[in-house]
Amino acid sequence: MTHTFLGMPSTAPPGVGHLRGTEPFPSAARRSLADPQLRRNLGHATATIRARSAGMIAEVPDWQQLREAGRAIKTDVMARLPELLEQLEARVTEAGAVVHWAADATEANRIVTDLVRATGSERVIKVKSMVTQEIGLNEALVAAGIAPVETDLAELIVQLGDDRPSHILVPAIHRNRAEIREIFLRAMPGVDPGLTDEPAALAAAARNYLRQTFLTTKVAVSGANFAVAQTGTLAVVESEGNGRMCLTLPETLITVMGIEKVVPTWQDLEVFLQLLPRASTGERMNPYTSMWTGVTPGDGPQAFHLVLLDNGRSAVLADPTGRQALHCIRCSACLNVCPVYERTGGHAYGSVYPGPIGAVLSPQLTGVADNASLPYASSLCGACYDACPVKINIPELLVQLRDQAPHPRAEAAAMAAAAYTMDHPRLYEAAQRAVRLSRLAGRRGCALPPPLDGWTASRDLPDPPAQTFRQWWAGR
Amino acid sequence: MRIALFVTCLADTVFPEAAKATVRLLERLGHEVVFPAEQTCCGQMHVNTGYQREALPLIRRHVRTFDPYDVIVAPSGSCVGSVRHQHPLVARRAGDDRLAGRVEDVAARTYELSELLVDVLGVTDVGAYYPHRVTYHPTCHSLRMLRVGDRPLRLLRAVRGLDLVELPDAEQCCGFGGTFAVKNADTSTAMLADKMRHVLSTRADVCTASDASCLMHLGGGLSRLRTGVRTVHLAEILAATERSAITGERTAVRP
Repeated sequence: MTHTFLGMPSTAPPGVGHLRGTEPFPSAARRSLADPQLRRNLGHATATIRARSAGMIAEVPDWQQLREAGRAIKTDVMARLPELLEQLEARVTEAGAVVHWAADATEANRIVTDLVRATGSERVIKVKSMVTQEIGLNEALVAAGIAPVETDLAELIVQLGDDRPSHILVPAIHRNRAEIREIFLRAMPGVDPGLTDEPAALAAAARNYLRQTFLTTKVAVSGANFAVAQTGTLAVVESEGNGRMCLTLPETLITVMGIEKVVPTWQDLEVFLQLLPRASTGERMNPYTSMWTGVTPGDGPQAFHLVLLDNGRSAVLADPTGRQALHCIRCSACLNVCPVYERTGGHAYGSVYPGPIGAVLSPQLTGVADNASLPYASSLCGACYDACPVKINIPELLVQLRDQAPHPRAEAAAMAAAAYTMDHPRLYEAAQRAVRLSRLAGRRGCALPPPLDGWTASRDLPDPPAQTFRQWWAGR
Repeated sequence: MRIALFVTCLADTVFPEAAKATVRLLERLGHEVVFPAEQTCCGQMHVNTGYQREALPLIRRHVRTFDPYDVIVAPSGSCVGSVRHQHPLVARRAGDDRLAGRVEDVAARTYELSELLVDVLGVTDVGAYYPHRVTYHPTCHSLRMLRVGDRPLRLLRAVRGLDLVELPDAEQCCGFGGTFAVKNADTSTAMLADKMRHVLSTRADVCTASDASCLMHLGGGLSRLRTGVRTVHLAEILAATERSAITGERTAVRP
């Protein structure tokens, strides 16, 4: 980093990437909730993953200790992140690669675009990666005249459908196979017009298209699940083998990695490679784990660039409670158990990081004012905290972010008045009498005025009792 | 045993039957119940809506009010969860470590009703009689913040005349979430609709839980749809006896 550091680290800049939605969560959610196909697709998919993951986790007698180990390793990483990143940079450089530091999305996009331009290639193949979605790399490449091709099946469906991912692990979870067939027929070059919606036929069509692309593209872009500081090794875990193709076939490999992905030692992978597949896809082990250390002459890409991305992460790290959000290993278990996500889907969150972790991480990365509705997109039921394989206390973070969020003026006034009343028992009793008087004002089924009318739209109000508890107590 | 009742503002103001039932039940079991009148609200609504500064005086009041008592009980998993998990956090974030210590001390003596009965008083059969078909919704905070586990079910199984039916997908949130139900009313209603569907599938006459807030939400929805299923607080079921069934003493109010 060439900048002279002054003051607090900055948040992710606006105008680039996909961390901010265009409308608040409640109104975006309303649209998703009205889409019965989406509700069915999501309900079916999340219930299936939930059950499979629960079964796999039940097999592991020391799951709770593994979670605790995962949490402890990540806590240690965050406590000495600068030191580990410098160690990683040194090891990766020694192994024949080039390390780049990107302060934000704009810088990372420029670095990657320049690297691709220097190769002369007009196309890149991509391994599914959250971080390149976060920074809007595809849009930056397209603007520079470079065609990015997503090679993960679900990510390809999203790309061909001119759509946005709606889940961290299963980006096309909102689509069913009939919809996928239509997208392929419309947008996949060279597709067989007689394509059916059989899963095997859809996969074969994608494979046929992608195989040509793998063999003819000289540059690949990936993210990283882990980077080992001790050895300079990068790791990508995946299910389809498309990632392995991208990581081994091209001449040049560019990996963009959030700075929080580093782990200290090779042995630490042991913990996360047990936690991640069981929590995410509900598998004992993911089918493909690719690991590489710099450049190996005569084997695999002969040029390797590692782009280390901040984009608001240092600002998250600066908050001692909030920094646990950086522990996230992008397994998406919290999405699959979340009753809100299950009903609204991922697009309602606006950011590429949806669900409970997105409701905390997105506002943390952008600054809470830019995603002020997200910390409220939760009933605080706590299912996410129980499911998280690295024990991120998401409800605690949600409550903390709500405290930092800008509040509507009328609500703030009402909350201050309520607190004052509740700290003065005489006033409190007077307010209770007012509640009871509403017995005379209206019966059940009556509507409350805004902003409380959301309640009476679908629920009756309870009849106020004739006597409060404390009146009954005083009179016994 | 001398037990202080932490009534909760919602039960005090809107659902006094749950609180009265808690008093009757504990007195029937031979305990002395006291009601510290200086109590108002634990501040959970303020904390959960993002108003920790405003919650702080309410937390101080709560600690002041309940500090003199050895055993404190509330007919609410959520409010006990707030006392145990939120009060210390808010106090620490405000930089008041002394208050944090005091709230932890009070929290360690504060029990949700089923915890008090099973763990402290050592009873599962409280001598109740409630001849209805009942399903139990484990509220999120009693389930995941307090880990009350099967304590409420053990209490319900010992109630004479009660036909307990299992609620499908019981551990899914009902969609209340305090101000969530207003701020995200549509999502909350979608969650409520699924919960009501499961309640109705049990063909139970009564849906019970240990939080008046979740029951207010569920009951409001079930009433709007004119389902005829009543929501009744766990305390009211446990307080019901053969005598109250005959004399018509009010033990269950919420249609």
